[in-house]
Amino acid sequence: MDIFNAIIQVLDSTIRLSVPLLLACLAGLYSERAGIFDIGLEGKMLVGAFAGASAAAVFHSALIGLGTAILISVAFALVHGFASITHRGNQIVSGVAINFIAAGSTIILGQAWFQQGGRTPALQPGERFAAITWPGADAIKDVPIIGPIYAELISGHSILVYFAFAMVPFTWWVLFRTRFGLRMRAVGENPAAVDTAGISVAWLRYRALICTGILTGVAGAYLSMVQNGGFVKDMTAGKGYIALAALIFAKWKPVNAMFACLLFGFLDAASIRLQGSPLPLVGKVPAQFMQALPYVLTVILLAGFIGKAIPPRAGGVPYVKER
Amino acid sequence: MAQAAIELIGINKSFGAVRANRDINLEVARGTIHGIVGENGAGKSTLMSILYGFYQADSGEIRVGGKPVSISTSNDAIALGIGMVHQHFMLVDNFTVLENIILGAENDALLKSSIAKARSELDRLEREYGLEVDPDAVIEELPVGLQQRVEILKALYRGAEILILDEPTGVLTPAEADHLFRILKQLKEQGKTIVLITHKLREIMAITDTVSVMRQGTMVATRTTKETTVGELAELMVGRRVLLRVEKGESEAGAVKLSVKNLTVKDSRGVTMVDDVSFDVRGGEIVGIAGVAGNGQSELLEAISGIRHAVSGEVMLDGKPIDLTGKADPGELRDRGLAHVPEDRHHVGLVLAFEENENSILGYHDDERYLKGPFLDVDAIMADAKDKIEKYDIRPGNPRLKTANFSGGNQQKIVLAREMEQDPGVLIVGQPTRGVDVGAIEFIHKRLIAMRDQGKAVLVVSVELDEIRSLSDRILVMFAGRVVGERGPDATEGELGLLMAGVEHQEAAE
Repeated sequence: MDIFNAIIQVLDSTIRLSVPLLLACLAGLYSERAGIFDIGLEGKMLVGAFAGASAAAVFHSALIGLGTAILISVAFALVHGFASITHRGNQIVSGVAINFIAAGSTIILGQAWFQQGGRTPALQPGERFAAITWPGADAIKDVPIIGPIYAELISGHSILVYFAFAMVPFTWWVLFRTRFGLRMRAVGENPAAVDTAGISVAWLRYRALICTGILTGVAGAYLSMVQNGGFVKDMTAGKGYIALAALIFAKWKPVNAMFACLLFGFLDAASIRLQGSPLPLVGKVPAQFMQALPYVLTVILLAGFIGKAIPPRAGGVPYVKER
Repeated sequence: MAQAAIELIGINKSFGAVRANRDINLEVARGTIHGIVGENGAGKSTLMSILYGFYQADSGEIRVGGKPVSISTSNDAIALGIGMVHQHFMLVDNFTVLENIILGAENDALLKSSIAKARSELDRLEREYGLEVDPDAVIEELPVGLQQRVEILKALYRGAEILILDEPTGVLTPAEADHLFRILKQLKEQGKTIVLITHKLREIMAITDTVSVMRQGTMVATRTTKETTVGELAELMVGRRVLLRVEKGESEAGAVKLSVKNLTVKDSRGVTMVDDVSFDVRGGEIVGIAGVAGNGQSELLEAISGIRHAVSGEVMLDGKPIDLTGKADPGELRDRGLAHVPEDRHHVGLVLAFEENENSILGYHDDERYLKGPFLDVDAIMADAKDKIEKYDIRPGNPRLKTANFSGGNQQKIVLAREMEQDPGVLIVGQPTRGVDVGAIEFIHKRLIAMRDQGKAVLVVSVELDEIRSLSDRILVMFAGRVVGERGPDATEGELGLLMAGVEHQEAAE
């Protein structure tokens, strides 16, 4: 049963580690499907994490923290929109700028407000999102196989985890079953078709970016208010980029995005679990190697194992009305 | 006269210093097909974009059904029953037909009811107008003719009573164009008003009731189609007399310069596109290859010019074979005197982002005339570009202008000047006048004949039957990858048309 328990634990942390990736990946899906490349997912998550932890610490409320995280993250998304939609700037440059501003401003403001070396105060219970225990989880905990699966994997996560996974079918539904989704997909492929159909390209893309902002806000809040008990500088640690990789890996499809993020989460979880324990055949491997593994695998997967990933055709190109 | 569906009164529109439309007046009667002709850049598309709400006029009045209206967005135009089929289709390529039809005309926030409505509505339109198309087909998998039909359906679905078509036949095969015209006539019979923008005069004569001619931003004349001639319209368009069929003497065919034997070429999917084709081109003659687009002409050209790999067969240039394995260096072929004007000037013939002078030496930039040691000799290149601009009447005559800013006809002249001025022994030309105005067509045809008269071997591939008949000394017809017949320049259109449709081919087999 030891191996079974180990697997359950790895899967449990897979879920926990996948959540910020999944939220960021779906966030990127909205903007990229609308034709806006968003390399600033990382930055928006970071400001979300900082804003969430700060507000939660000051107002002693997890919900206020979450709301603030979303608000600030959306604000940054709108800045990206203002630069790349209204002013037709380069989307990569704007995204990179947002990442820099996010990395710098969170540390400076954190230090100025809380004087803890860029950290926010440790969050108390009630200021964080607590784990939800599903009915009967404790009762069947000791039932073999099913017990641990229900109690560990399904039950016992925070509301944001369930929210993240619920966003997968929801995003699919929005994309393929609603007018907004149809138009959003169209504007990412051929904005001129949308324009001549009498729909505002700019307003459509702004709305997609607002969706992106909301999701990166939640992803940030998850990092600083669920996974961690407060904000630590640079706590996103490249997750925004991994999410972008997962998005390509998933070919811009929501359900694929979930599996891609679970895979990356699993690699992460496995590398933590296997740190320090000797592997068969190779023996003991340095911890750094295990930490690097998910990234190495990302490169390999993206380099050729996914077949042809065709991005939305109008992606990255500002829309200029012309004939 | 029937009531006017559209009246444009005193329309002016400028883009910066360019006056695209000046004091335009136009009246289109309800239930008629009205043609607007003019050279590229005459302001036809601008005028129609104003009517469709894509641009706003600087001054002037628009009346629809007798009432003055203000059209500031495409939505306003759609609400007034104006639909437009753009030259470059406004379709989302990876959407289905249904998704494209409902885009922007959805019933409510969810798609379900819109799709159901569109499906039944498409069914009705199909019955009423014979506009058949599979509603669940994905656009990029449909041939262009059907994609255009989807554009028309889109407009009709939105309740269009007035339909504007911008250069609708530019991308169509002759058969598809004929089908389009049948559809347009049917729409007219149902009371729709149609405005057809084109620079192909034959189409105007074939289908319109009235025609207006634009030149350099002004409306120069309006005629009843029955009472005018192609010659008169061409003269009005260009502002001078135009030769619609170039005059040329007998050809004096010399030695074989280009010889193609049993050439077979497959496309990237492995489908045989050129099937065992053999022919010769002699010095001093123009050989024209006619055929409906997609019957292997493009692949044939590409194989001869060393861009595409051939499966078997051989091609001899001046008696020596050229490499057909796909490793042939087009540069080496140029050195051996083979010049190639590709069919697709935008993607193959030119780098649109380059300046004119750069494009005018592209491919020949290693020639020592243009070099000073290891560097480009900018002065020599400029002088050379100016020389070509003068000789080929390329307008505007600015060698520093970005190539994308030239009109289609002038871009084509840039490519032709580059290839012809190298004095090649063999010239292969794909679609010499695609998207080119009447005036420039005349010029290009004269140039090609001058090449012939200098004793060069010229191979022309064109889907324009008129062009092939006007230029060629010998006509080869391709159908399904094979050369199905050879005719002289006096072959009738009907005879060639049958060959192009593969009819003769089947009879011969019986």
